[in-house]
Amino acid sequence: MPFSAQPPASGESYALSASLDNARHLSSLLRAVHFQDHATCLATAGGLRVTVEDAKCIQANAFIQAEIFQEFSIQEESVIFRISLSVLLDCLTIFGTSSLPGISTALRMCYRGYGYPLMLFLEEGGVVTVCKINTQEPEELLDFDFCSTKVVNKIILQSEGLREAFAELDMTSEVLQITMSPDKPYFRLSTFGNAGSAHLDYPRDSDLMEAFHCNQTQTNRYKISLLKPSTKALALSCKVSIRTDAQGFLSLQYMIRNEDGQICFVEYYCCPDENITEAEL
Amino acid sequence: LSRIGDELYLEPTGSGLSLRAVNSSRSAFASFLFAPLFFQLYEPGSAGPDTELFRCKVHMKSFLGVFRSLPSLEKSVGKCLILLKPRASRLVLQLHCKYGVTKTHNLAFQECERLQAVFDIQRCASRLCAPARVLAEAVVHFPLTLAEVTLGTGPGGKISLRNYVEDEAGESCRVRGPPHLGVPFSPPPTPFPPPEPSKTMVTELWLAEDEFQSVTVAPGSHITFCLKEFRGLLSFAEASNLPLTIHFDEPGRPVIFTLDDTVLEVHLVLATLSDAESNSQSPSTNGVSHLPAPSDDFADDLESYMAAMETSEGCSEGRPSPTFPLHIPRPAKSKHEEEEEEEEEEEDGAVPGTPPHKKFRSLFFGSVMTPGRPGPATTQEVLAEDSDGES
Repeated sequence: MPFSAQPPASGESYALSASLDNARHLSSLLRAVHFQDHATCLATAGGLRVTVEDAKCIQANAFIQAEIFQEFSIQEESVIFRISLSVLLDCLTIFGTSSLPGISTALRMCYRGYGYPLMLFLEEGGVVTVCKINTQEPEELLDFDFCSTKVVNKIILQSEGLREAFAELDMTSEVLQITMSPDKPYFRLSTFGNAGSAHLDYPRDSDLMEAFHCNQTQTNRYKISLLKPSTKALALSCKVSIRTDAQGFLSLQYMIRNEDGQICFVEYYCCPDENITEAEL
Repeated sequence: LSRIGDELYLEPTGSGLSLRAVNSSRSAFASFLFAPLFFQLYEPGSAGPDTELFRCKVHMKSFLGVFRSLPSLEKSVGKCLILLKPRASRLVLQLHCKYGVTKTHNLAFQECERLQAVFDIQRCASRLCAPARVLAEAVVHFPLTLAEVTLGTGPGGKISLRNYVEDEAGESCRVRGPPHLGVPFSPPPTPFPPPEPSKTMVTELWLAEDEFQSVTVAPGSHITFCLKEFRGLLSFAEASNLPLTIHFDEPGRPVIFTLDDTVLEVHLVLATLSDAESNSQSPSTNGVSHLPAPSDDFADDLESYMAAMETSEGCSEGRPSPTFPLHIPRPAKSKHEEEEEEEEEEEDGAVPGTPPHKKFRSLFFGSVMTPGRPGPATTQEVLAEDSDGES
C-alpha cells in the first residue's frame, strides 16, 4: 500500500524523494552488490545507481530505474552521496527478510541534499519505522571506460547454466581464468587449485548460449576472490552477458527480473590479474 | 571409502577398476571392484612384460570434490570419463553435463605400490549373510560415539551384538578421549577403584537366525571390531540394497564384510581385537560383563596373537598393562615386509583411555611403500611429551 503518513511537510524540498511499494525490489538488488561495507549512490532522473568497489580492481553497479518506483522525484540534475550499504540493507530489511506472499514492506526515501542524512520510512502491517542514515562525501569512482565499441568478445548465457559452476568454484585457486574464442573451447572457465586444475567448457551451440560473438581468442585471469561475490547477482538473474575488451577488462551484466516482472540490471567490471603466466591446459 | 582413509588408491586390473582405501593404523582396508561391464567403456591399458598396469593414489578430498553435489550430479551429468595419464601425471575426470557443458578436472596423483590386505575368506570358520537393512537397524541402537562392538554367536543360533566394554583399567566404553599418539605410558596418577560393572552402560542386541539369509557359524565364536568403518559400508549397502556377508574366525583374525553384485565386488577388512579378556566378554554371559582378572596365561595368548601379526607399520606393545601382554617381541616378518620396523617407539595401546583401535593389530599388508620414500614413518615416536602428563 502506498505509504502516506509521516513524510515531511510540503514546505521542505527534497533533493531526492522516492516511494516503493515493495522494498524488496531495492534490497535484493543491493544485496547482489554488497561485497563491501560502503557504496556510492547516484540518483538522476533516470533512476538510482548504487556502486561498490574493491581493491581498485572491481566495481559493481546496481541499477534501479525510476519506473520501478511508484514515485521518483529529483530536484537537482544529480544527487550523489556515499553511505554504509550494510546499514542501508539492515534498515530496508528491518521487518525481516522472509518473503511471505502478499506481505511487503513499503518504503519512502527522502534526501534533503548535501550533508543531510538519508531518511527512510518503512511500513509493514501498520507498523512504521523511521531510519536516518548518515551520508558521506562521495569518493571518486573507477572508470573502466568500457563501451560497446571496444568489445572484442561477447556472449550471452542463460544464468541457469552458470549458477552451479560459480557456486562450486574451487576457491583454493587464486584466479579464475576465462577463455573466449571463436574456436574450441569457445567459452571456458578454469581454476588452478590445490587438487589440480578444473575446466568448465560451454560449447557455442549449447542451448544455454543465447548469443555468441567471439572474434578473437582471449584468455584472461581474474582474482577469484574479487569475482566470487558476483555469484549473488548471478543467482538472482535470468541472463548474463560476458564481455571483454582488448585490455582484458571483464564486464558481466546480469538481467534480473523482480517479483513484479520488472527488469533491473546489475553489472560487474573487473581488471585482469597482472601476473599472467602460461595457462595450464 | 572416505570413512576409512584419506587417500584413494586406483588400480585398474584385468577384472575391473579397483578403488581402495586403508586407514592410518592399518586396521581397516576396503576395496570396491567395478567389473568392466559396470562401465560403458573400460580400457585398463596394457601391461608389458616388465610393467604392470599403472596405478596411483589421489587425495580423497580432491576426488570427492569432483562429485560434490550428488543430487545435482544426477540431474545434470550425463556421463563421466576417467583417464589416467601417467606421462602428464594427471588423473583426468571429465563430466559431460547437460546443455553440452563439459567439466574437466585434472587431479594430481602419486604413484604407489599395490595396496592389498592379506586375508582369506576360505579360512573363516563363520559366515553370516543378512540384508543390509537388518544390520543397519541393529547398529542404530549403539551410540555414534561407540567405538567397538562385539559380534557373537549364542545359544539357539542367535547372533548378538553388544558394545565392547574396556578392561578393568577402567574406561567406560562411552568415554573415549582423542588418540594420545606417542604419549608414553605411566600409571594413572591416582589409583582408581575398578569401575563397578553396574555403572557402565551395556547394550546387547540379539538377532534370531531367521533374520539372516544364511548362518554358518562356529558355536560360541565372537569377534570385536570397530564400528566406525563398518557403518560406512553399511550405508553404502543399504543405499544399494545389497545383502551383506560377514566372514569371521577367531578373535584377532580379521573380519571380512563383503557385498556382491553382478558388476561390483566390495570387501571391507577390519582387524579384530585379540585379547584374553575378550574371551570373557562372551555374549552368553547374562547381564553385565564380568571384569576379568588379568590373565596369567600370556604366553599362549601371545602365540596366537603374534601369529596374526604381519605388520608393515606394526604397533608394538611395549608397555605394561593389567590385561595386555607385558612385552611383545618384534612381530614375525612376513615375506611382504621389506622395510624395517624402526619401532623403538612404544605404542600406547595399553594406556587406559587409549582408543581401542590402537589395540588392534595391523592388518596384513603388502608393501605400500612409495618408491624412493623411506619406510612409513614411525608416527608414534615421542618428540614432545604431553605437558599434562596425564595417564
